[in-house]
Amino acid sequence: MPPPGTGPLRARRNPVTPSSGPVLAFERVCVRFGDTEILRSVSAEVADASVTVLAGPSGSGKTTLLRLCNRLEIPTGGTVRFRGEDLSRLDPQTLRRRVGMVFQRPTLFAGTIGENFAVAATADTATYERHLALVGLPTDWLDRPADDLSGGEAQRACLARTLLTGPEVLLMDEPTSSLDPAATRTLEELGVQLAHTGLAVLWVSHDLAQVRRIADACIVLQDGRVADAAGARAYLADRGDTGDAGDTDVTGRPGGHGSDGRGGREEQGEGRTG
Amino acid sequence: MTTILATSTTVTTGYVGWLGLVASLSLVGIAVAISAWQHLDLERSLIWASARAIVQLLAVGAVLAVVFSPRVPLAASWAWVLFMVVFAADTIRRRAPEVPGARRLALASLGLATVVCLGVLFGLRIFPLNARTLIPLAGMVVGNSLTATVVAARRVVAEFTDKRAEVEARLALGISSRDSARPYVRDALRTAMISQIESTKAVGLVFLPGAMTGLILAGEKPLQAVLVQAAVMFLILGAVATTAAAMSLGLSRRLFTADHRLVRLARPVG
Repeated sequence: MPPPGTGPLRARRNPVTPSSGPVLAFERVCVRFGDTEILRSVSAEVADASVTVLAGPSGSGKTTLLRLCNRLEIPTGGTVRFRGEDLSRLDPQTLRRRVGMVFQRPTLFAGTIGENFAVAATADTATYERHLALVGLPTDWLDRPADDLSGGEAQRACLARTLLTGPEVLLMDEPTSSLDPAATRTLEELGVQLAHTGLAVLWVSHDLAQVRRIADACIVLQDGRVADAAGARAYLADRGDTGDAGDTDVTGRPGGHGSDGRGGREEQGEGRTG
Repeated sequence: MTTILATSTTVTTGYVGWLGLVASLSLVGIAVAISAWQHLDLERSLIWASARAIVQLLAVGAVLAVVFSPRVPLAASWAWVLFMVVFAADTIRRRAPEVPGARRLALASLGLATVVCLGVLFGLRIFPLNARTLIPLAGMVVGNSLTATVVAARRVVAEFTDKRAEVEARLALGISSRDSARPYVRDALRTAMISQIESTKAVGLVFLPGAMTGLILAGEKPLQAVLVQAAVMFLILGAVATTAAAMSLGLSRRLFTADHRLVRLARPVG
């Protein structure tokens, strides 16, 4: 485990070291709760230093797949690998500090932001302030009660709290679903920047415009399975968009242009380069 | 009035004879009359509850008369205590149906509190150990812990349901399940203990508790009644704290797997 507070600010390991395969790999993963099959033989990979979006309609198993990555859930079949190692053989607490998670709704604990940070990692004030700055929050907010933050601010504070454990992977479970468009864009930009510093970002979204804005790669789930090329293309092309779903489980970054039809969020297909 | 109904000559004490018992039923009559007057539809319940109370108490009295007899070994009293604990555990399970494994946890919690608290009372020779002290004191432990145990158990489940996301956020930071549970268990435990602390504070000012009332009615000197009552209050405090703590800590462990995952209490959406 890296020392606390050094995560994203530290010079990162070269994301394309020769030995490095995918950071996360799902091999014929199945999850069943009682009689309900949530995931059916899902195989997919997640690469370092990029944003991989897990897309698909609600109830398709996106969140469950994400929660397998830090062992908040365990598969009933198949294997999840983290850097080639079977997740079930890793110590969950160590794993969770290497694979951080931001939840759908902000989950700040009662108390100040500083107290929240202390739950994640014991570090000096300067480290805490650097993490506030990293997520674009004022550095003098450590004494601010968590209740005082807006949704977007709270979600960024949660991101900073997660980054304090020094993760290599960031799991984002629809983190913008309760945020307004401006806060959404801020968080998306943070996710993209963190991927640039070497983090593998796995981001659950059912917002197609968001997929186009942030995705380097995209895994489309439908009814607990990875959609085939045609299915993924059809899903990503929904609502008047066209998306290149590629021909494997993990598709290339969907292209496309136009509006998501909800207004307020315009999409430029030619965004950044990975 | 008392001289007519009481068969004893010591009319200054609270001796109640059979006629007195029958006369006291007129108070149930008042309750029934109110129910009828206000159309509460509780008349049958009131009569049934009162009849049941008399029968149960008479049965208990008969058993106690046997158990208290000097020829009956103390083991019989312990068997009685065991019966109380098992019965109370079953009551807790019924009053907290959403709590997984409630009966077993309640048995362990009540058993622990009984052993610890009675151990202190008899070990320090605050009361002499015999059937006459064991059964009522164990009854105080079990009876008073019952509500606190139910409150603690239900509160833990409610906290873990309401704040599931927070608990998981802690787990996701690599914190152990025990540390992740701590703030929520603490809240549940506080809730369970606070009402007992409040009634301990109000004792004497607002109400005269059962033991003291009984002793005074039975003609005991007030100071002796007070000393017994104080010991009993502290016994109850200790018992409530022990059972509530054992229940909430035991339950919070059951809500996690060995590999620090939260057990599914309600079905999520995929």
